[in-house]
Amino acid sequence: MSLTKQLKALLLKEIVLEWRSRYALNGILLYVVSTIFVCYLSFRVVAPLTWNALFWIIMLFASVNAVAKSFVQESRGRQLYLYSIASPKAIILSKIIYNTLLMLLLSALAIFFYSLVFKNPLGDPLLYFCSVLLGSISFAVVFTLIAGIAAKANNSGTLMAILSFPVIIPLLMLLIKLSKNAMDGLDRTVSYDEIGVLSLINVMVITVSLLLFPYLWRD
Amino acid sequence: MRRNWWKILASLLLIYSIIAGLLLEVPRLPILHETIRNLYFHVPMWFTMIILYLVSVIYSIKYLASGNEKHDLMAVEMVNTGIIFGFLGLATGMIWANYTWGAPWPNDPKLNSAAISTLMYLAYVVLRGALDEEQKRARISAVYNIFSFPVMIVLLFILPRMTDSLHPGNGGNPGFNSYDLDSSMRLVFYPAVLAWILVGVWIANLKFRLRLIENNLK
Repeated sequence: MSLTKQLKALLLKEIVLEWRSRYALNGILLYVVSTIFVCYLSFRVVAPLTWNALFWIIMLFASVNAVAKSFVQESRGRQLYLYSIASPKAIILSKIIYNTLLMLLLSALAIFFYSLVFKNPLGDPLLYFCSVLLGSISFAVVFTLIAGIAAKANNSGTLMAILSFPVIIPLLMLLIKLSKNAMDGLDRTVSYDEIGVLSLINVMVITVSLLLFPYLWRD
Repeated sequence: MRRNWWKILASLLLIYSIIAGLLLEVPRLPILHETIRNLYFHVPMWFTMIILYLVSVIYSIKYLASGNEKHDLMAVEMVNTGIIFGFLGLATGMIWANYTWGAPWPNDPKLNSAAISTLMYLAYVVLRGALDEEQKRARISAVYNIFSFPVMIVLLFILPRMTDSLHPGNGGNPGFNSYDLDSSMRLVFYPAVLAWILVGVWIANLKFRLRLIENNLK
């Protein structure tokens, strides 16, 4: 089977499995909504700078939890089966794409609910929304390989956090700067730098993931 | 003797750089004054750390290609030594910052990046601790090591250049070379860099051989 065909089949498998149980999906959506609500009840009113930072921190924790599941929930037997029928490149790509879709859904819901409870004027809502989407793609891309690494160790919850937080910080700093620009309604040409570097890092991470995953997968 | 000449070179250069670094004439600049001598100690720490991490990544790639246990041991000892040099770089930097910028930890992107990249490599050590099976540990930590190296490059060399920084060479500041690293300082600075890199490799090498002996005794 060609790579694209394998990719399609694997992606369909992920989505169908998710849709049948809906356990992870509902869990993570509820997780982000209740976190936002906890923050709302604790802060009530926040300054614009805090508003932006708080949103990204909520997204960070929600996405770590969402992506961490992607390898853990597969049993050893199923992993072996997949290994024998599909190429590791197709597996990691399908996971990255699936996680990206999941994160896009999650972040769209999060930004909607977050701006509903916390009122904050946005200077350039469209660019802010774009930065949120770009952020969710970046989170999904970076966390997928790390979730694969963490799933190989036993206490993967803690490991997932300590492995991924230092790696995601450069992206997070760029995202906070980009969304701050959007919030202040600065001219869009100012933000091209950040968008460029973010996209470049994402391409780099996907390449490295594709190169390294075959070694991780082998057991 | 033929194989150990670089160790003698390292020792001689180190002694030279310490004596000359503390005694030779340095340019008198505002704010910096005599603390400019810290250039001979602070900057080589970072150079050494980056070289050690680079060598470690090369050995990790070699391990994934060959599966030879020695390559894995070399990679981990390079990282262990690199972490020590990272902490030394942070310590010398904090002392320097205390006298020139007024606080040991000013909010500077390069400082924060350095701290985060140290966290990343500490996470590597924790990851190794979490895996029991030797081959699995070697393979998975090699994957993480290769994955985190480009991120460290972004952290240390790209991000600080995009924002304002107190460090020379960042945020539009000119690098040290262009205006005040005069030729007399170069005479000490370059030997110091070479000396510390050689010492770092030497320490890592000793630790690697010790680990090899321990493994053979088991």
